[in-house]
Amino acid sequence: MDGSRTVVRDALAVAVPVGLYGVAFGAAGVAAGFSVLQTCLLSLVAFTGASQFAAVGVVAAGGPVASAVGAATLLGVRNALYGIALSPVVEARGWRRLLAAQVTIDESTGVALGQQGRGRTAMRRAFWWTGGAVYVLWNVFTLAGATGARALGDPTAWGLDAAVPAAFLALVWPRLGAARSRAAAALAALLTLGLTPLLPAGLPIVAAVLVAVGAGWRE
Amino acid sequence: MSPSAAWAVVVLTGVLAYALKLLGHLAPSRWFAHPRLRRINELVPVVLLSALVVAQGLATRTHVVLDHRVAGLAAALVALWRRAPFPVVVLAAAVASALVVRLGG
Repeated sequence: MDGSRTVVRDALAVAVPVGLYGVAFGAAGVAAGFSVLQTCLLSLVAFTGASQFAAVGVVAAGGPVASAVGAATLLGVRNALYGIALSPVVEARGWRRLLAAQVTIDESTGVALGQQGRGRTAMRRAFWWTGGAVYVLWNVFTLAGATGARALGDPTAWGLDAAVPAAFLALVWPRLGAARSRAAAALAALLTLGLTPLLPAGLPIVAAVLVAVGAGWRE
Repeated sequence: MSPSAAWAVVVLTGVLAYALKLLGHLAPSRWFAHPRLRRINELVPVVLLSALVVAQGLATRTHVVLDHRVAGLAAALVALWRRAPFPVVVLAAAVASALVVRLGG
């Protein structure tokens, strides 16, 4: 297999399972009270999985608009950092740059940076293939999940209410390597648990960000 | 949730998510170079995702509730421990939770 085919294989190996997971987002969106159109628009425009789940998660928990948007936006800050790392590699100009920004997510960044040993062309190719494939699949399967959710009936009977927190757990798991991250995660979880009976729904999630500020302040 | 609140969430989340992505591609990297900002930024996903696990898995609105979802999270933990891929972790949680619901838990 030549180098460029290896890059495409790596890209699709990541994009297919992530894209399929759009079914869970589609179902979660409709279960939280969004219409099929609104759920699909979140995937088409926001297109950043963790933020989308956070927004519908806060709404499902009964939180206000500001908490839902706040949690989603804070989770999206890392995409800005990805863009800073990627823009010298992707070197997109004009409308291509607008497209590159939209597909700048965890997966396209991860696969692109994973090709560092193969050179800049391989990184660029990995970025576009991963980002493009995830975009198409994520949106197709969001629609499938959103329209299928009605046919499924009660999401609890299918375990969907446990699938979403489990997805968050799986997303945070690989980030717990450093002792500082583990301590911050534990503190944030305890703070959320403690604040749940005291604050309006959704706000404990936003309050947990203070833990990041506190834990990251000192070296 | 009212229809206008739902639209507000959809539009604001979408616009802000895209604005952040574009900012990254357009911004000079020195804006984000301060080590403190960098450290905090690396921790934001960790604390937010941990908070979401608790809010979605162990709470219902403003109450701490331990129900069938705990079984789902336990199954997810086991799957993560065994280095299962992402879809398997999520599926394990859904199956375990649905089983407990079906058994009347």
